[in-house]
Amino acid sequence: MNRRTMGKTLLGLAGAAAIALSVGTAAAQDKLKVGFVYVGPISDHGYSYQHDQGRLAVEKQLGDKVTTTYVENVPEGADAERVIEQLAASGHKLIFTTSFGFMNPTLKVAQRYPDVKFEHATGYKRAANVATYSARFYEGRTVIGAIVGKMTKSNVIGYIGSFPIPEVVSGINAFTIALREQNPKAEVRVVWVNSWYDPGKEAEAAKALIDQGADVIVQHTDSPAPVQTAQERGLWSVGQSSDMTRFGPKSHLTAIVDDWNGYYVDRVKAVLDGTWKSVDTWGGFKDKMLFLAPYNPAIPADVVALADTIKADIMSGKRHSFQGPVKDQSGKVVIPEGKTATDEQILKMDWYVEGVQGKVPK
Amino acid sequence: MSLIRLEPRGQASKAMVYATPLLAVALTLLSGFILFLLLGFDPVKALHAFFIDPVSSKRGIGELIVKATPLVLCAVGLAIGFRANVWNIGAEGQLTMGAIAGGGLALAFYGEGGWWLLPLMVIGGAAGGMAWAAIPAYLRIRFNASEILTSLMLTYVALLALNYLVHGPYRDPDGFAFPESRLFEADAVMPILWSGTRVHLGTAFALFAVAAGWVLIARTFIGFQIKVIGLTPAAAGYAGFDQKRIIWLSLLLSGGLAGIAGMGEIAGPIGQITPSVSPGYGFTAIIVAFLGRLHPVGILLAALLMALSFIGGEAAQIAMGLPKAITGVFQGMLLFFLLACDVLIRYRVRIGARRAVA
Repeated sequence: MNRRTMGKTLLGLAGAAAIALSVGTAAAQDKLKVGFVYVGPISDHGYSYQHDQGRLAVEKQLGDKVTTTYVENVPEGADAERVIEQLAASGHKLIFTTSFGFMNPTLKVAQRYPDVKFEHATGYKRAANVATYSARFYEGRTVIGAIVGKMTKSNVIGYIGSFPIPEVVSGINAFTIALREQNPKAEVRVVWVNSWYDPGKEAEAAKALIDQGADVIVQHTDSPAPVQTAQERGLWSVGQSSDMTRFGPKSHLTAIVDDWNGYYVDRVKAVLDGTWKSVDTWGGFKDKMLFLAPYNPAIPADVVALADTIKADIMSGKRHSFQGPVKDQSGKVVIPEGKTATDEQILKMDWYVEGVQGKVPK
Repeated sequence: MSLIRLEPRGQASKAMVYATPLLAVALTLLSGFILFLLLGFDPVKALHAFFIDPVSSKRGIGELIVKATPLVLCAVGLAIGFRANVWNIGAEGQLTMGAIAGGGLALAFYGEGGWWLLPLMVIGGAAGGMAWAAIPAYLRIRFNASEILTSLMLTYVALLALNYLVHGPYRDPDGFAFPESRLFEADAVMPILWSGTRVHLGTAFALFAVAAGWVLIARTFIGFQIKVIGLTPAAAGYAGFDQKRIIWLSLLLSGGLAGIAGMGEIAGPIGQITPSVSPGYGFTAIIVAFLGRLHPVGILLAALLMALSFIGGEAAQIAMGLPKAITGVFQGMLLFFLLACDVLIRYRVRIGARRAVA
């Protein structure tokens, strides 16, 4: 190829690209553009993966009316604002920012783009064009607490935490209350890995907990590494965010699975109909925002029945994850008999219930 | 006998020192073109989305500058040390300490700030970074401990200290126990230099660092000492240059600049203290320093290029759905080609068989 023909080829390619670009924008104009910002990689098989499943559900059900875009692995720092703004500036009219650390960046961008609607997961600040949503993950923790209480032999439960924020601390507490209701001798040991997704650290934490005698590993982090570690050691585990059965079929008791599909489809529809409002959504089992992955066939039938009853009671309102009397580690009654924790108490929870070892990092 | 061979040059080629980075960029773009073609993306469109679109708006250029600012600040300081064979690998930790110290001042004087608060935070940020870099300097001089190890290990200590603080003393009292400080008040936030963008005062510090770094290396006796110590430590010893003083100087300087970078992030684009202040600027700055040939102006250009590769990766994800990993592939290719092309500085390529020696 001499220089002239190469020049021609390049020109031709550039021309083709220009045509492709103009076609692309013409088709996109009629459709609503919806953006998603993820904190992890969609291949985490956990939290971000589950949000992406929601995005795919939107594509599947409303694909003729919307196009979706996602940005994965966005750090929760100065970069988040740029990514969110980039989505707003490129014509996305509804943007889901799916991690707590995106809260202030989302609000900053929302102020500059009043005609764009934003949805921030797990935060507490709203604006006219910023709604918030989260799931009552702790409800799932109550059910797995009961299952684990029946399955443990060593009465030591290893619990891998991400960050000591209320969502995780309330999960530990809900789990421990249900655990000790079935098995008053059981105790929970927590290791914090200070990350939502770090397979190496999570596996290390699982090994450390197993070496301390834990025979069940529960996690509130997003990678399947703890399940894999438990499988290698022949112990039980509970997955997080998505069904992790395939990473440890012999070990995986069940998992608390986040389900954003219904919510995302509803919110996109609301924008399409013009009925979107800034609200706070905090849904549980009843609202189908979480469910449990298929139980391991090795769980005895009576334990399955117990789990199903507890779940049904939570859905009907007969049972609450934080039903008084609930005592803190010092034995002081925090939630008195006959009362249940208020939403605010759960959202601000920074103390452990009786039966958890160690202290909440402060 | 092969047709292409490498022949050592008598002297390193000056021209190639400047040409190889450009050659490396060209080879990266070419490989990128082929890569996109193989992945089934339109390569012209993909490269356009990656490298042109992000900087074709005022906001985009502003973002590029915002992203390059901490890289320049860290890399200029590191490069001075690297020239003197002082290997500060812990800029990330010094940056974090700068954020902890500068941000701590913002929180300590919350609600009672004034015009003096921001200058105080800059000094605090620099002091925090310097204090953190002083530890490896002391250990190196007193116990001859490798600053590579100590500065790297102290990075993790700094990150954990930040984690502790945002979960405890720095935590927003009205923040539902989430690990974040409150948002800084106006007196504690860096002024915006270019309205309509996020370009803040930190950029002015970065440009000043570039100019001062150049003057220090090229025009002062200390700069001369740094170069001599780096090139031939024995000669520097005979000349009576004080090696200890240079170790202190280069570590304190790079630590202070990294501290200002960290303080600039929290008082600039972030506006509060969060558990993750930097996505690894301190480490990327090491790459930037070498990409820029340890020269302040080269560092400025290298930081802009590095920043573009980050921002371009996001833009390409949004525009074309290219996977995030592409950013890493591009950065890897760039470094690989840069190192590979360096061979041309010391060797020249000869085509054809070697002439028989009579």
